[in-house]
Amino acid sequence: MEFGLSEDQRLLEDSVRRMLEARVPMDVVREAAQGETGFDAAVWAALAELGALGVLIPEEFGGSGLSFFDAMLIAEQLGRVAAPAPFLGTAIMAATALIEGGTDAQKRELLPKIAAGELKVGVAVGEALQARDGAGIRLEAGALNGTALSAVDGLAADAYLVAAGGDTLALVPRDATGLDVTAMTTLDRTRGFAELKLNDVRTNALIGAPGQAADIVRRVINAGRIALAADMLGAEAVMIERAVAYSLERKQFNRPIGSFQAIKHACAEMVADLEPARALVWYAAHAHDNAPDEAAVMACHAKAHLGEIGRSIANNATLAHGGMGFTDLMGLHYWFKRIHVDRALLGGPERLRHEAAVLQGWAA
Amino acid sequence: MDLTFSQEYQDFRAEVRDFIARNKDRAPRSRGGVEAPTAEMIDWQKRLIAHGYAARTVPKDYGGFGAAPDPLKTYIIGVEFTKAGAPLGLGSQGITLLVPTLLEHGTEEQKHRYIPDTITGVIPWCQGYSEPGAGSDLASLQTAGRVEGDEFVINGQKIWTSSAHFAEMMFCLVRTEPDQPKHRGISYILIPMETPGIEVRPLSTMTGRSEFNEVFFTDVRVPMSNIVGARGQGWAVANTTLKYERDALSDPDHAGSMLRSLIALMQQETVDGRSLMEDAVFRDRLLKLQARVEAMRLNNLRLLTASVKKQDAGVPRLVSKLVGTHLMQDIAALGMDVLGELGVLYEQGEHLRSHGAWPFRYMFQLGMIIGGGTSHIQKNIIAERGLSMPREPKVAAA
Repeated sequence: MEFGLSEDQRLLEDSVRRMLEARVPMDVVREAAQGETGFDAAVWAALAELGALGVLIPEEFGGSGLSFFDAMLIAEQLGRVAAPAPFLGTAIMAATALIEGGTDAQKRELLPKIAAGELKVGVAVGEALQARDGAGIRLEAGALNGTALSAVDGLAADAYLVAAGGDTLALVPRDATGLDVTAMTTLDRTRGFAELKLNDVRTNALIGAPGQAADIVRRVINAGRIALAADMLGAEAVMIERAVAYSLERKQFNRPIGSFQAIKHACAEMVADLEPARALVWYAAHAHDNAPDEAAVMACHAKAHLGEIGRSIANNATLAHGGMGFTDLMGLHYWFKRIHVDRALLGGPERLRHEAAVLQGWAA
Repeated sequence: MDLTFSQEYQDFRAEVRDFIARNKDRAPRSRGGVEAPTAEMIDWQKRLIAHGYAARTVPKDYGGFGAAPDPLKTYIIGVEFTKAGAPLGLGSQGITLLVPTLLEHGTEEQKHRYIPDTITGVIPWCQGYSEPGAGSDLASLQTAGRVEGDEFVINGQKIWTSSAHFAEMMFCLVRTEPDQPKHRGISYILIPMETPGIEVRPLSTMTGRSEFNEVFFTDVRVPMSNIVGARGQGWAVANTTLKYERDALSDPDHAGSMLRSLIALMQQETVDGRSLMEDAVFRDRLLKLQARVEAMRLNNLRLLTASVKKQDAGVPRLVSKLVGTHLMQDIAALGMDVLGELGVLYEQGEHLRSHGAWPFRYMFQLGMIIGGGTSHIQKNIIAERGLSMPREPKVAAA
């Protein structure tokens, strides 16, 4: 019985953290955010080299075959630096779809490319949950039609994982005839989001049988939710650390503002929110591999809860910096924005709690 | 992450379950409130000690079970008893606070004299720490013990003393060295409550019950041998106790049990024929609480892992009283709110639900938020010890 990181996991966390701290300083984030796609090729290559992109992929397909818990630790580290990298769509969601639902041929062809950083996948499964502005994709007579909004990591993608309804999954190459990709600019410019318009896109690359892939779609969404919760965990932890550090440097009335109880209590409240939430994210990631009965509820709770405390931490950590917190120069806003986008993706807190209630038989 | 238990612990779990199955019928009914243990409760406590389910790590010499500390076994006992609805061992201040302190600082004679009867509940204790002028700044306490011959002569007043109305003994902080700096002038003294000069007055609280007392000392004479630790060392001795108190006050399993009661309440109670669980607004509040309860349950597993490894969990430990007590009150608040106008009924009446447990818990939890270091103090502790933020500068005396 050990609730926490194993020695190997500590080493993994440490190596990812050291690499990201070296390779993704604020300047890199800033530059990527000013670009078109929220993608940095050098960071991506470094993640591939470290084995981070193949974390979930079995060794026989070129990955390191680690657990979802390990993948969650990497996602947290990416959130800590607000990494401009399509890790969520590619290494978490697309990899999950292929590992759990792909044919042997699909796995052999695609998984090694994901692990090597040669295939970046945007993911459009949001409409399987809920549709806005009439969006939605249908598969009819071997052709995909419709639109998908907020495709995750959708701008630098080489291919798209698209859900048609809640029970069909297809892989569509970027250059497929009839596919139109439009950028959707969000608050968070460290990652790219896209609107996909599909007009008679022919595909023979379904994952799972048509109409039979509902379980895979749910697993992909759960995996994405836990990774988003972990991304928020990392971003929230950094915002608190920065607020504490700033409050020890900044002096007013001849003393560090961190000696005022107003600031100390705000920091204590943030960390009192964060540390129990860390345990929740850990358990959700553990349950994803090991406790199928609880996995979906825990994924909902983890993402909803990290989104709720995240809003409060993002605001209060900024507030602790006074006017500097509001500036572009300080750069806190990259985490502020990342947390808010994470919170909204794949179901916001209200939606997630409703799902958790349905899963427990408390709502229809 | 490994949430499996080795064979040794699986066997232990089976043993605990078997004990509960065979003995549950003999378990005393809890009556709630702060009352002296009944003969039934003392019997149950002795049975638990004999099997190692209470006073587990207290040495056999002092009437305990004498097992080596094993946080996993303690955890398993807690989980299995709670799950079965069987009462755990007594959790009085004498057992949770005084006994560990005596084991660490007491003389051999004190240990033999007090520990065996304390762990069984035969001697109930109360804690004499807070005073009207010494709350958060406990070390400024003024209850004075002057030395006359081989006795302390104690004068002063304590407050918030739960159990004082039935306790036989008090473990008390007394200023015995008035010339020393405030932290070094205090002694930790054991005082029989029947000593002449002690007056106990119940202190009614907002719940309508008397959870606390005021205790007045007028020339109370206590042998100097009743001191624990050396003269003037009481602050250090008491700090062992305070550490246990902060750990003891918030129990995430309690939050889980209260949440389960709330779920049952929301499924049973109806408004205009619809269950409250069908109400999307109330249900959303329930689900928010469920996430927080889960987070604290899991945070507790983190603390458990740290204690197995003999490590200090740091911030996750420091936040647990603050977070746990507010969480409990928020659960009780939703219990009141789902009952609407019936949620503010109290004490009696045909429409009263669960004997008024929801508004009682709501108010009682506010007491828990205040007791053992208010939330404001907790936040100072978290910021200073957990985040290494500076203390407030001392204000110069006027």
